[in-house]
Amino acid sequence: MHYVVLGAGPSGVVAAETLRKADPTGTITLVSGENEPPYSRMAIPYVLTGKIGEAGTHLRKGEDHYAARGIDVRVNARATSLMPDHKRIDFADGSHMKYDRLLVATGARPVRPPIPGLNLNGVHHCWTLEDARNIIKLAEPGTHVVLMGAGFIGCIVLEALAARGVQLTVVEMGDRMVPRMMNPIAGTMIRRWCEAKGIRVLTNTKIKALQNVAAEKSRGIFGFLKRRAPTEARDTLDVELDSGEMLSAHLVVVSAGVAPNVDFLANSGVKVDRGIMVDRYMRTSVNDVFAAGDVAQGYDFSTKAHDVHAIQPTASEHGRIAAMNMAGHNIQYNGSLQMNVLDTVGLISSSFGLWAGVNGGDSVEIVDDANYKYLNLQFADDVLVGGTAIGVTQHVGVMRGLIQTGTKLGPWKERLKADPHRLMEAYIARTHLT
Amino acid sequence: MQRSLNIDPGKCTGCRQCEMACSYENEGVFNPSKSRIKVFTFDAEARFVPYTCTQCSEAWCMQACPVDAIKVNLATGAKEVHADLCVGCKVCTIACPFGTINYNASSGKVMKCDLCEGDPACAKACPTQAITFVDSNWTGLDKMRAWAAKTDTGARAN
Repeated sequence: MHYVVLGAGPSGVVAAETLRKADPTGTITLVSGENEPPYSRMAIPYVLTGKIGEAGTHLRKGEDHYAARGIDVRVNARATSLMPDHKRIDFADGSHMKYDRLLVATGARPVRPPIPGLNLNGVHHCWTLEDARNIIKLAEPGTHVVLMGAGFIGCIVLEALAARGVQLTVVEMGDRMVPRMMNPIAGTMIRRWCEAKGIRVLTNTKIKALQNVAAEKSRGIFGFLKRRAPTEARDTLDVELDSGEMLSAHLVVVSAGVAPNVDFLANSGVKVDRGIMVDRYMRTSVNDVFAAGDVAQGYDFSTKAHDVHAIQPTASEHGRIAAMNMAGHNIQYNGSLQMNVLDTVGLISSSFGLWAGVNGGDSVEIVDDANYKYLNLQFADDVLVGGTAIGVTQHVGVMRGLIQTGTKLGPWKERLKADPHRLMEAYIARTHLT
Repeated sequence: MQRSLNIDPGKCTGCRQCEMACSYENEGVFNPSKSRIKVFTFDAEARFVPYTCTQCSEAWCMQACPVDAIKVNLATGAKEVHADLCVGCKVCTIACPFGTINYNASSGKVMKCDLCEGDPACAKACPTQAITFVDSNWTGLDKMRAWAAKTDTGARAN
């Protein structure tokens, strides 16, 4: 049996390891589209801040980790097409590979919006190790950096850029920071914090165009009048906003969302919606083809629908369950839960599940603007279904536990409404003292 | 023989010696807020419940770590945070459904119970045997395990 795992992120690596445990004799090939050992994108911000070197991003640290498990790692191989009838994958370099069972764990790629000038030098995504190397060269202390997008990934990049000591302006077209993770009150609190730390945050603002400084200089005095800050010698880019303002930049980082890597599946018969549609056994619509991680649109137990949850815990769970089923077991996935944790220049926030609440539900909210603390719990009947925390870091995981187990809170719901900080007590009381 | 912490809340008097011992053993200071075991107080019922990581087999924290910084100590069975590898991303803190791995702002990394390399300071410090270190096969641990299993995302065949 030859198992091929396309994609060497967390989902692919967990899948390959699980396949080995479940099938000691099968042949396992782990294919990476990049010319790097399997690594974690999530760790890239910490390379930017210098907390770790590149090797610190590697998903497994042992030199012979994969070889010792009989996992053949192939790098720099980008799939261009899948022919399920022939059980064959073609790659960009003209080579091909046959499989008996295939896992597609190709993840996502950053979206480049149709804005003139995004192809210029000095414009980068922050997605791959190669991007990190480029950003490190340009993001020197004191330089003007413009970050496009203040979504979840944008905010992680923001933290790293700020730590490098750049003069940072964030341009977000939505009405607040992290709009898909935080409600307006929480998003505004994070914004106030970032501004107090010296970051300029522009919401409801779009970047219209980028151009080289030289080209813009030909506009003379009119270009000059649109600036709030003077141009520096190191600035090579002019960033034109829809407000009419012009920003000078040495580096522009684009974080405008991601799209699943599914292009190679065109004409394969694999059904794709927002991601690859998978059932609760991580099977796609095509025989012997499974999908997992950020590329997969899997079961969400809190909404009972299928969604893309591009987070590490879901990626590794998907990978493990897909691999068990590929190896012939019959394991149903109970579903994932949307959740995130974010550190914006020292202010830590997290959100879980249906944080915006449910129809006919109940909620409690505590806002402490002066101390940048926030806690919001959402209930359906007496069960926790979602939560948001800012400035609260101890025991936050228990929100996941309470949501995932559907624990009935009984009298503790009213106690939590009186003091939502008692989450841990509620959990212990309802699970260990009954 | 692997051993596990067994907690009997009925015997806990709320003295918090365990928190002090844990903080001192692991952080070098007597500061309950740095303890990896916490005593929760239930005034209405006049009860105290010490609570910490159960070293669950699901190992949510370990599976969620993007940089392989949480590993099983094969001698003790504890899931240990390797501080030299931890980048402080905090994903484990939202992945653990028991809330027992937490961010330590002063180190910029996460911390959790590691069973003190097989000689837990909390159990030694407990004057009433509310916290004991027992054979992992002892059947009294089943209740804690049953709860952990409820959080599983897919039945485990391996």
